[in-house]
Amino acid sequence: MALSETTGQMATEGRPASPIRRFVDRARVLFAPVTTRIALLEVDTRLIGMIVALAIIWIGFNIAGHGTFITARNLWNLSVQSASIAIMATGMVLIIVSRNIDLSVGSMLAFIGYTMAMLQSVWIPQLVGGQPQPWIWVATLLVGVVLGAVIGGAQGFLVAYGGVPSFIVTLGGLLIWRGLIFRYAQGQTIAPLDQTFQMLGGGTVGTRVGALGDIGSWVLGAIACVAIVVTLLFARRRKRRYGFPTRPLWAEIAVTVLGCAIVLAAVFVAISYPLPPNVADAVAKERGIPVPPDGFATGVAIPVVVLIIVGIVVAFLATRRQFGRYVYAIGGNPDAAALGGINVRWTILKTFSLMGILAAISAAVSTARLNSAVTNLGVQNELDVISAAVIGGTSFAGGIGTIPGAILGAVVMQSLRSGMSLTLVDSPTQDIVVGLVLVGAVGLDTFIRRRAG
Amino acid sequence: MPDPAPAAAPAATPSAAPDRQPLVEMRGIDVSFGGVRAVQGVTIDLYPGEVVGLVGGNGAGKSTLMRTLSGARPPDRGEIYVDGKLATIANPRDAKAYGIETIYQTLALADNLDAPANVFLGREITSRGQLDDDAMENETRKVIGRLNPNFKNFTSPVMRLSGGQRQAIAIGRAIQFNARILIMDEPTAALGPAETAQVRDLIRQLKKEGIGIFLVSHDIHDVFDLSERISVMYHGRLVDTVVKDDVTADEVLGMIILGKPPTKLTEEDVAALHG
Repeated sequence: MALSETTGQMATEGRPASPIRRFVDRARVLFAPVTTRIALLEVDTRLIGMIVALAIIWIGFNIAGHGTFITARNLWNLSVQSASIAIMATGMVLIIVSRNIDLSVGSMLAFIGYTMAMLQSVWIPQLVGGQPQPWIWVATLLVGVVLGAVIGGAQGFLVAYGGVPSFIVTLGGLLIWRGLIFRYAQGQTIAPLDQTFQMLGGGTVGTRVGALGDIGSWVLGAIACVAIVVTLLFARRRKRRYGFPTRPLWAEIAVTVLGCAIVLAAVFVAISYPLPPNVADAVAKERGIPVPPDGFATGVAIPVVVLIIVGIVVAFLATRRQFGRYVYAIGGNPDAAALGGINVRWTILKTFSLMGILAAISAAVSTARLNSAVTNLGVQNELDVISAAVIGGTSFAGGIGTIPGAILGAVVMQSLRSGMSLTLVDSPTQDIVVGLVLVGAVGLDTFIRRRAG
Repeated sequence: MPDPAPAAAPAATPSAAPDRQPLVEMRGIDVSFGGVRAVQGVTIDLYPGEVVGLVGGNGAGKSTLMRTLSGARPPDRGEIYVDGKLATIANPRDAKAYGIETIYQTLALADNLDAPANVFLGREITSRGQLDDDAMENETRKVIGRLNPNFKNFTSPVMRLSGGQRQAIAIGRAIQFNARILIMDEPTAALGPAETAQVRDLIRQLKKEGIGIFLVSHDIHDVFDLSERISVMYHGRLVDTVVKDDVTADEVLGMIILGKPPTKLTEEDVAALHG
C-alpha cells in the first residue's frame, strides 16, 4: 500500500493518477534493480524489448502447438522464410529514416527475379549452347544486382531530383514492374533454374545442399564470436584512449557472453536439423559411409548467410559511413542537412538504388528457393517489408530506425505467420492478427517514446 | 613594396580606416521569391575584427540577405567579394570553403543525432573511409567546453537537451572550423540571462581574434552593446549603415520604423515616433 501511495504521488504531481500510470510507475519501482543494471549494459532497450516479445511469441506458439514450434526443423524453416523479407527490410529502414517510402519492392523483386530466371534458363544457354556453365549463377546475380541498382536508382532520381513524392513514384513502380512481367511472360513460369543458383534458396539438388553443414556452421559461429569480442575490445580501447567513460567491465563481459551465446545457440539449432532421409541416403552413398544415427546436419542455410552479410554491410553503411550519417541527418532535419552542406538529393537517390540492389538479392533468394520464377512472385512483399521495418522500431517521422531492429521485425512477423499456420489459424485471421500486432507495436512504441520525452 | 597585410591589425577600428581591405563586401544584392522582392540592391561590408549589427523589422530582409552569404539561397543579382576577390557562393559548402560560418536562428540541428554528429554535420572526421566518432566527440568536448563547461551529455540525441545547450552546439559548430566570417542570426533569442551573457562574452572574444561578425538581431540593446557599425534594413532595402558611436538608439529605432536615415528625418517624423 505504502508503495502505491508514494509512487502515485511521484507520478501525478498533484493530479489524480490514472490507473495505467499508477501501474506503470509501480512496475518501474518494482523492476528498478533490474532496469538500472540493463541501462548499464548500454544495449538498445527497444532491441531487448523485441527479443523479449519474440521469446513470448515462440513460447506461446510452442504451448499452443503442443511443442511443435520450438523445434530445430521449424526454427530452421523460419530462418529461411524470414530471410527474403529481412534482406529488403534493412534497406527499407534507410528509405523510411530519410522520410521516404518504397512501395515497389515486391514488384521490383518479381521483375528482377523474372529477368534473372530468363537469363540463366533461357538467354545465356541460348547464347553459349546447352552445356551447363559454372559461372552462370554469378553472371545472373551480377546482372540482377546491376539491374536493381539501375531501376531503384531511376525511381530515386525521380524522387530526389524530380521532386515527385516517393509514395507516388514507387506506387507507379509497383504497377509498372508487375505489369511488365505479365505483359512479357504472359503467365509463364520460368523453370528450372541453374543448379548452383538454387543453393541461394537453401534447398537441395541431389547431394548438394544450400546450407553450411556442421563444420561450416561452427566455423561461422566461431568467426562471429571472435568478431563480437574484437569489436567490443577495440571500441573500449578507443574510448579509453580519449578518456571517455566506458561501461563497467562486468557489463562488457555480460554483453560479450550474451552475444556469443545467442550466436552459438542459433548454430546449434541449425545443425540439429538433419537432412531429409532421401538426401541423407544420397549423401551417404556419395561419401561411401553409412548414414549416422542422427542423420547429417543441415547447418545454417545459405539464405541466412546472405542475410547476415547483407545485414552487416547495410548496418556498416548506416552507422559507420558518411552516407548513413547523412541519411539519418536528412530524416532528423532536412533543412539542417542541406545547410550543413550535405548533398541531400544524391544521398536520397543512393538509398533507393541500394533498395533496388537488395530487392535483386531477395529476388535471387526467393526464386532459387522456388526453383522457378512465377508471375505472382513477391506480391504484397512491400507490406511485409514495411511492417518488418516499422515493428523493428523505424519511425515514419524520420530519423529513427536500426538495421538489427528491422531484421528482428521480419523474424517477429514470420514467427506470427508460421506459428498461426502451425496452430491451424486460417489465413484471414492471420492477416487480422498481423495487422493488430503492427498497429499495436507502433502504438506502444509511440506511447513509450512520448513518456520517455 | 608589398602591400600592408590587411588582417594584421584587427584591433584597429575598421570604420576609422576605410582604405583597409574588407573581409566581405556584398554589392547590389537582389533576392526575389516569386513576385516578392525580398532584398533589393543591398550593399554592405564587413572588416576583420568588426561586428556589424544588421537590424530591421519583421520581413525587412535581414535573414534573406544573410542566407545569400551563407549559401542557403544564392542571390538573383549582385556580387559577393571575399578579401576583395569575387566569390562564387552557390551552396553552403562553397560558403564554408570561404570561412563563412552561420548560426541560424532555428539552429539547424538534426534533433535525432548527438552533439558530435551535429557539430561535424557535413564535415565528419573519417579514418580509412569510416566515421571516427570518438575523434569527433573529443573535438566536440573541447569546443563546447569552451562555451559551456557544464555541458556533459555528448551521446544523447540533441532533442533531449535544453535550449541553451542546443545553442552551444550550434555555436560550437560555427567556431570549430576556424571561421573568419561569422553570421549570427538572433543568437540570444532563445536564451536566459546567464547564457546571453556567455554569448556576448564569446562575441567579444571572437572579435579580438580578428573574426568579422554579422549580428542579426531584433534586440537593439544587443546590437548597440556589441557592434561597431549598424546596418538598417527596411522593406528589402538598406536604409543606411551608421557608425554606432555617431548615433543614438532612438535614431536607429527611427530608421527601423520609418525607413529613413537620421539626416532625412523631419520634425513630423520625430513627433510621430514619440506620439
